[in-house]
Order: sequence, then C-alpha cells, then structure tokens
Amino acid sequence: MTTAAATAPLVRRRAPAPVRRKRFLIAVANHSILIAIALAFIAPFLFILLTSLMTTNQALSADLWPHPFRLQNFADVFSKAPLARWTFNTMMYSCLATIGVVLSSVPVAYALARLRWRGRDVAFMVVLIALMLPPQVTVVPLYVMWAKLHLVGTLWPLIVPNWLGDAFSIFLLRQFFLTIPEEYLDAARVDGCGELRILFTVVTRLAKPAIAAVALFSFLYTFNDFFLPLLYVGENSHNWVLSLGLAQFRSQHQVQWNLTMAATVLVMAPVIILFFVAQRAFVEGITLTGVKG
Amino acid sequence: MASVRYDQATRIYPGTDVPAVDALGLEIADGEFLVLVGPSGSGKTTALRMLAGLEDVDAGSISIGDRDVTDLPPKRRDVAMVFQNYALYPYLTVAANIAFPLRIARVPKEERERRTQEVAELLGLEQYLERKPGQLSGGQRQRVAMGRAIIRQPSVFLMDEPLSNLDAKLRVQMRAEIAALQSRLGTTTVYVTHDQSEAMTLGHRVAVLADGRLQQCDTPRELYAHPANVFVAGFIGSPAMNLCHVRATNGSVQLGGVSFETPAGAQGEIVVGLRPESLELAGDGIPAEVEVVEEIGADSYVFAAAEVGKLVARVDTRLAPERGARISLRPRPGEAHLFDPATGVRLPQPAL
Ligand SMILES: Nc1ncnc2c1ncn2[C@@H]1O[C@H](COP(=O)(O)OP(=O)(O)OP(=O)(O)O)[C@@H](O)[C@H]1O
Ligand SMILES: [Mg+2]
Repeated sequence: MTTAAATAPLVRRRAPAPVRRKRFLIAVANHSILIAIALAFIAPFLFILLTSLMTTNQALSADLWPHPFRLQNFADVFSKAPLARWTFNTMMYSCLATIGVVLSSVPVAYALARLRWRGRDVAFMVVLIALMLPPQVTVVPLYVMWAKLHLVGTLWPLIVPNWLGDAFSIFLLRQFFLTIPEEYLDAARVDGCGELRILFTVVTRLAKPAIAAVALFSFLYTFNDFFLPLLYVGENSHNWVLSLGLAQFRSQHQVQWNLTMAATVLVMAPVIILFFVAQRAFVEGITLTGVKG
Repeated sequence: MASVRYDQATRIYPGTDVPAVDALGLEIADGEFLVLVGPSGSGKTTALRMLAGLEDVDAGSISIGDRDVTDLPPKRRDVAMVFQNYALYPYLTVAANIAFPLRIARVPKEERERRTQEVAELLGLEQYLERKPGQLSGGQRQRVAMGRAIIRQPSVFLMDEPLSNLDAKLRVQMRAEIAALQSRLGTTTVYVTHDQSEAMTLGHRVAVLADGRLQQCDTPRELYAHPANVFVAGFIGSPAMNLCHVRATNGSVQLGGVSFETPAGAQGEIVVGLRPESLELAGDGIPAEVEVVEEIGADSYVFAAAEVGKLVARVDTRLAPERGARISLRPRPGEAHLFDPATGVRLPQPAL
C-alpha cells in the first residue's frame, strides 16, 4: 500500500481560478506599462533607422515606411564624407582615453580605499573637490597650456589628461573597493602576494564590474564628446572626430535627411553594440559577489 | 614543519590604549594542534593574525621554528590560513582556487595540476574541481579552503573559526575530518574557536584567552580537571561549573553538610567550584528548588535555585526530579575546586 502511494505521480497543484485570473491581469498590466515605456524609448531610433533607408524625396514626405529600401545611402555617406578618418580619430581618442582612465584610476582608487597612509583622507578630499569643479573653470588655463606646447590641433590635449586619473572614476572605484571583503586580500597576502600583486590579480578581478562601468562611462563620454574636440581640433579637419564630422555633415546635407540619418546610424551603432556586450560583464560581476552563500 | 613561539607578544590597535593581545607567551611544539579559545573579543583572531603577519606586533616577538618572524611580511612566514568565510575567489574554479598559492609561487603547471589532484583526492573534491565556489555547499567550500591551505605544505596552519558557518551536524563531521587530516599531515596547527566543546575535542592543548590575556594553556583533560582560575573553570565545561561563594572558618568551608579543607591562612569568603557531576541527589545537602530539567538521554541536567545561587547537577534520568520539586544536592567529597575570591586564582588543593 505504502509503495503504491510513493510511486503515485506527483501532481502539481494549480492555483484556483480567481487567483490565476488576478495574476494574469497583473502580468498584463505590468507588461503593458513596460512595453509602452520601451516603445517610447525605441521610437526615435526606429524613426532614424527607417529614414536612413528612404530616398531623399521620400524622407521629406510624411511616409514612415521606406519604399523602396535604399541601402545605397550608407555607401553614399562614405563617399561624401571622410567617415573612416573621423572614425579612426574617434577611436584613437576614446580608446586611448579609456585605457588611460582605467590604468591611472585603479591604483589611485586602491590606495585611497585600501592602503593605510598618512594624508589619505586629505587626498581623497582633493579628489572630491576636483570632481565638483566644473570643466568650464579649468578649460581656459588648460587651453593656454596646450597652446604653449604647440599641441592645439592634435588629439593629444584630448587624450593625455585621461592618463592622469579621472576624479569621477577614482571616486567610483574607491567606493567599490571598499566593499571588497578584507578577507580576500588577507588570504592573498598569506598565500604569497605582495600589495601590487594583490591589486593586479585579486582586486581587479573582483572589481571587474566596477572597472567595466568606469571604462564604459569613459568610452561613451569621449565618444559623444563635442566640446573638447571642437575646442582643440576644430580648426584642423584632418583630426576631426565623429561628433564634429557629424555636425558638419548635417549642415552640409541639410535637405538630404536620408543621408544625415544614415550617418547618424553609422555613428550610433558601435555605441549600442558596445552597450549590449558590456551589459553582460556588469551582470556577471554582480551575481558573483559575496564571500559566503 | 616547525614549532611556534609567542614571546610576550602584544598588539595594541591604533587609536586604542587597551591591548587586544597582552603579553602573550605561548610555545607550540612541532606537529601540535593548539586551540585558542575564549569569549568574543578576547583577542583570539588578533593573536592568530599576528602569527600570520597580518597584524603588527607592538611589543615582544614571535618565532616560527628558529626564525624570528616578528617583522616579516605574511608571504615570507610560510604559513597558510583558513578564514572564517573561506575567502574563496568567486571567479576561479575550485581547482584554480586550490592551486592559487602554487600559481603565485610560480610552480610549473604539471606539478601544480598533480598536487591539486592529490589534494582533491585527499579531501574528496575530485568531482567538483571544475565548479565555481558559488555552486558548492558550505561543507564543500570549507574543504576547498582547507585544500588551498594544505597544497602549499606550509610550516604552520592557521584556522580562524573555520566551522562557524556550518550547521551543527556538519560542524561535528568536519571537526573529525580536520582532526584526522591534521594528524595525518602532522603539520603544526593553531586553531581559533569560541566554542569550548570544539576546543576540547580538537586540541592537543588548549589555550584559554580572556581580555587579551592567556589564562591557561594545557591539555583538555588538565584544563577540565585543574582549571587555573575562576574564568577557566566557568568557561570550560558545559553546563558551566557551579561557583559558590562560601565563608571559610577554621581552615575549612562547609557546603551542604560536606566540609572542604582550605589551605592554611584562608580567611573570609572562598569560591567553591563544583562540576554538575560533582553534585548528587541525596537525603541531605544543599536545599534547592528545581527550575528546569534538561534530559540528554541517560543523564539529565537539573537546574535548581539554592541559597548559594543557581546550581546545576547531573543526575540519572530515571531519578530526575520534577520541575518545582524541593531537592537536596550533596557535593561529592574531594571533587571541589577552591578559588581565591579576590584574584580568582586556584587555591592549592588540600590533601585528601
Ligand atoms: N582593527 C581593529 N581596530 C581596533 N580594535 C580592534 C580591531 N580589531 C579588533 N579590535 C579589538 O580587539 C579586541 C580583540 O578582537 P579579536 O577580533 O581578536 O577578538 P576575537 O577573540 O577574535 O573575538 P570573536 O570571537 O568575536 O571573533 C576586541 O576588543 C576588538 O574590539
Ligand atoms: Mg575572531
């Protein structure tokens, strides 16, 4: 008798009908709100994408759907503007600046968060103050300095400052380093690591999500940056970056919305792709934290 | 493998003026399993971290073998430590976690893999080598942490409450595993716990700390039989020893009709310590009222209120009284511990 009971198939209880109906309605309500918000965000992108595929005349009409699809627009952008040149310059600026920010900010943040030394708190205050200083305050003296070095017109005034640490990144990383349990660092010390070794093998791995965030912020900021490139390389079209080029392209091809939008899509695409890729690094890092479970 | 010596080692944390560890003097023999035990905040972790090199030594010295390591960084002390929360790197697999110290020491890959395999077999971790620590149970994580410590074959193992995150049953099982492992490897081990029963079952010798000071260091049996002071008497043993303040007269104290000889010169009050098993139910003795009876199988602990204070007696369950019953508890002659009430120090045991 008992064995028969034990082998009886497991029947999963279903929630009663009113409960199920209620859950279903709640799910519908939640999802419709989310879908509405998502649509509101995606609509401009769709509009840009669709317009970039239209003919010039159609782009000026009220149509929403391209007819015919004109992929040629993208090729036209390349032939009408030195897009490759601008992309190369933007990548120089964004990549070198991002590498610089990460390499210079991580050790500083570690020292501010984890090492005991006299004057540490004062140093941290200085970082905070630098963070609060609006860039407009420093831009004139910095410009004069770069002018005296005869580097205005090159990309160096854009890249080099990032290799000297970035207040926001230092602050963000420091806050994250403070949350790493001391036990990890002690374990590494006992197992034979020196402080530098700990920083490069243990801390950077544990802080991967924070470092990814800092790198992403820095990349996006420099990628979109218009102000500093305009200031330093605005006069030298050879060193233009995408943001400058795009503005120029827009004013030159004003009525050709399809081309302008195609250029915009080309500029936005890398950022969007990067965001999807980096998002996974964030999630991975966050789900792996915690000493015990 | 090596012996360990604390010589008047003191740690005063910056910003405080009370030493967390106060002039600790301790000698640990080669291959010995020493347990540091004491209540929370007594300085056990601090003492262990001083030995690991994670905490400065403000006075005195520490040596491992015949090397003075007082000012050496952790990596040059040849010790391995198991942490309370295991400190396993979440981004590394079990195999990589175990092999981590060897990787830092730049041991060639083949040897690393061979030794990881050996350690995994020793600890029964073979089938988990490719998992991340997050996918293991608490006991398995504990074992990985042990593996990371033993793979280096260090001179000394240090363990800071390694079992405190496990449930009671697993704790007892892992306790036995640690004891077996230690005797098999024969590595000098310093083990910190606040659990006196863990200390008594694991340690070859047990050092009792209170307020940063060493109270007594001896074998578990000696500690139980001859506690050096009131603190040790109350801390070691569960339930705790009964401590009664009794007035001494004419070279003896009277308790429940039994008289205990006191050392010459003892006047005024004296502390009489009686283990629960040193009190028996009898027709006459200390009158008391039963408050709680805890049955633990064949025996029961009877918690009773008497004029001298609360008392605990261990009695045969078949004879255990009811709650609220009025009973008499008689001390067994010759089983009392006498302490000085002012200093808490054990008084010389009178000859029987
Ligand atoms: N970093 C520190 N700075 C200042 N005081 C500290 C520090 N760490 C510990 N202490 C103090 O030193 C004393 C001993 O602490 P310790 O951690 O060694 O105790 P413990 O015996 O390990 O206790 P527990 O069983 O709770 O772990 C405590 O009074 C504690 O408050
Ligand atoms: Mg502790």
